[in-house]
Amino acid sequence: MRWFLLTRIIQSLLVLAVMSFVIYALIGLMPGDPIDLMISSNPNMTAADAAALRQLFGLDLPIYQRYLNWLGTALGGDLGYSRLFGQPVLDVLFPAMKNTVILMGTAFILSVCIAIPVGTFAASKPRSAVDYGVNLFAFAGISIPSFWLALMLIIIFSVFLGWFPAGGIAVDGAPFLEQIKYMVLPVATITIVSIGGHSRYVRSSMIEVLRQDYIRTARAKGADNKRVIWKHALRNAMIPVVTILALDFGFLFSGALITETIYSWPGMGKLIFDSVMGNDFNLALVALLFATALTLTGNLLADICYAWLDPRIVIGGDSK
Amino acid sequence: MSHSQSPHGKFRSYLAIAATALLLNACGGSNDKVSDDKQSTDKSTAPANASSKELNIGFTQYPSTMHPNIESMVAKSYIRGMTARAITIFNHDWELQCSLCVELPTIENGMAVLEQTPEGTPGIAVTYELPANASWGDGTPLTTKDIQFAYEVGRNQKTGANNMEMYRRIYQLDILDQHRFTVHLNKVTFNYNVLGDFYPLPEHIERSIYEEDAYEYRHRTQYNANITNPGLWFGPYIVSDAAQGSFLVMTKNPHWHGKAPYFEKITTKAIGNTSAMEANLLSGTIDMIAGELGLQLDQSLAFESRHGSKYNIIYKPGLQYEHIDVNLENPILANKQVRQAMLYGMDREEMNQRIFSGRQPVADTSVSPMDRSASDNIRRYSYNKDKAMALLDSAGWTDIRDGIRHNAAGEPLKIEIMSTAGNKTRELIQQILQSQLKDIGIDLRIRNEAPRVFFGQTTRERRFSGLALFAWVGAPENVPRSTLHSTEIPTAENNYSGQNYSSISNPQLDSAIEAVEQNLVFADRLPHWETIQQIYAEELPVLPLFWRPNSFILPHWLKGLEPTGHLDSSTNWIEYWSRD
Repeated sequence: MRWFLLTRIIQSLLVLAVMSFVIYALIGLMPGDPIDLMISSNPNMTAADAAALRQLFGLDLPIYQRYLNWLGTALGGDLGYSRLFGQPVLDVLFPAMKNTVILMGTAFILSVCIAIPVGTFAASKPRSAVDYGVNLFAFAGISIPSFWLALMLIIIFSVFLGWFPAGGIAVDGAPFLEQIKYMVLPVATITIVSIGGHSRYVRSSMIEVLRQDYIRTARAKGADNKRVIWKHALRNAMIPVVTILALDFGFLFSGALITETIYSWPGMGKLIFDSVMGNDFNLALVALLFATALTLTGNLLADICYAWLDPRIVIGGDSK
Repeated sequence: MSHSQSPHGKFRSYLAIAATALLLNACGGSNDKVSDDKQSTDKSTAPANASSKELNIGFTQYPSTMHPNIESMVAKSYIRGMTARAITIFNHDWELQCSLCVELPTIENGMAVLEQTPEGTPGIAVTYELPANASWGDGTPLTTKDIQFAYEVGRNQKTGANNMEMYRRIYQLDILDQHRFTVHLNKVTFNYNVLGDFYPLPEHIERSIYEEDAYEYRHRTQYNANITNPGLWFGPYIVSDAAQGSFLVMTKNPHWHGKAPYFEKITTKAIGNTSAMEANLLSGTIDMIAGELGLQLDQSLAFESRHGSKYNIIYKPGLQYEHIDVNLENPILANKQVRQAMLYGMDREEMNQRIFSGRQPVADTSVSPMDRSASDNIRRYSYNKDKAMALLDSAGWTDIRDGIRHNAAGEPLKIEIMSTAGNKTRELIQQILQSQLKDIGIDLRIRNEAPRVFFGQTTRERRFSGLALFAWVGAPENVPRSTLHSTEIPTAENNYSGQNYSSISNPQLDSAIEAVEQNLVFADRLPHWETIQQIYAEELPVLPLFWRPNSFILPHWLKGLEPTGHLDSSTNWIEYWSRD
């Protein structure tokens, strides 16, 4: 186990190192640097001004040199400043990450809590009215574009009924209920969209497991249906679902761009988009690396979960 | 078989009817709902508390930095109008006035004096006086110390201040006393007394940060690190709360030296998606949509058709000049007759009436008809297919095959037009132009790019082969040096500086531009303005399209907001806004 963890951590660090250069280079290769954008809004900027600003921002150096400079300071613990926001990268990143984790984490928990019983229930009664109903809801969730759903929710619950604010977040120090009010619509949007996929995975995995010999054996031994499903089948059915959930773990921190934009929720999705479009190297790089690191962590946790869910799986060795 | 419904069936029917009605009503899609709309007017447009002295404004962009002299962007100008004031400003009549000075300096009143620079060239010394009672939000008096400090920061290239040209032009600053200072300019131009991009900085807060490390100043400034520090602001409002990317809350500045504003609290909310912006407005989450940074004209027109009665919608034509830059190095477009034929072949007025409900006036040159320097004595191009055809014939494009003209060498009259991808209005204009020009035998090909590629590379490095459709935003009596002077053609040699993307090089035009800059008396420079516009309209280095208006969507109860139509936003007069 220890050897497995060490290997995975080393692998993850290597992936992060490669990703950091790839992301940096890709952003750097996009046409138009920050000074170009300044020139386009300032007709009085001369070539000398532009050159001075390029030197000031270090943009006159070749991309590999800029990367190495960044890496040198980053390894020393200084992740630099955001060019767009003029603040230390982490000062910009953490509030956005906090907002995203609150939004996506709540939606993720809700989605999993609803999808597992719903998917399991549908799998236990295949081709029944319940199953068709769940499938209909799931496909609707998968098919509905999140921006459309978000706008519909705003129109119904904000414009017409006036129950919830149409967007934004509560001001600092607002009562807890007020803060919840701002969360309801964005959380509902993400939850509805993701329940569909999750419940489909649970359903198909559960149907597969319910066909296994050991389930038949359990039933033959007189175990009731509830016990068979929740005790024997669900745990095994969760293995492929955990893989999907692990991949979603990265999204918990990288945000949902469309939902955040429509609800004006200042989270990571919007921040990453703005930093890439605004050529904010430091911010984009660190934000994307965070998302990568957390996806890798999610996968590591998933591997550990496999062993917990199925004792036949031995981490770092051959399966029994 | 019975047709009677079960209670569940009835319930489902009622539910379906209710849901349908709900959606129809919310979407405003039915004319039958007009009376309902009127009933709901008060709910959706009045503030939650009828006596509320709060105002919630929606706009599309969150300012990246709040430092007044580093990076320029419209969102920041909008907020800055509430929290700070420039030394001078253009008013609603597009005339220069004092904003943070007592009297506008002129040569006539003796506050501006012609002089020689140390190099012996003509210069001018301009003296300004700050209001005696001006002070920062923490009560510290605003004095010439703050002006001196702002000048130091602006002059130091390590800080990356915007408008370096202005700080170069001001080669010396003399502090006369606590309230009076003189700027010495190294060039005599008619706009010598414009100091619109110069904001004092709170020396008592910022100097120590600046002196610690000038290079790091732009990062460590309190304008980024602690924007709710009241000592950073001296306008009618101070920033009291903010969430990066989401909202800024402004409350009254107890130390504001001017007229007390009506609203106790103003919240500006950044809502990037315009459909969400509309929904926020309809739900009452915001009270108004800022014209400077709000809905596009077509979106506003659509909004007006659905909810117009509930709001006071103002369309203010301004200085946003929608136009097509022509690559004059393209052999087809190098011929003036082709450019003129194209403009005759574009029915811009029809477009204005059909798409923009007549709200987007057709442009004749780059000088707005609202500008005092606009000339009537210029060539105009109303739609005239016959003239367009004749000009193309005369230019040698006589052979029409499959509806497309060809020249004697058999080459087709094919031109590419580029613009910003994703801008629905521009894409629509392109398609209409394509159809209209097809009518006179021109094969217009559309190729669009992401804005950052289009502006960052294609236009800047003049990589568009034919036409580039975009907009410029100007100021009143804006001298078109950077866009029309021959020294402003971007090339690899000059590191692509300048914005003369068409690459027009016309000595007469250059002289007229220089004459406009140097003539201090308006009547004397007016003939040169006319020359510029005449050459522009005759040579057509740029095909003028429209003057794009800003759409202000305001509640009926809001009074005193008067759009300016230029870059100085309406918030510069926020102390005059009130509830009916």
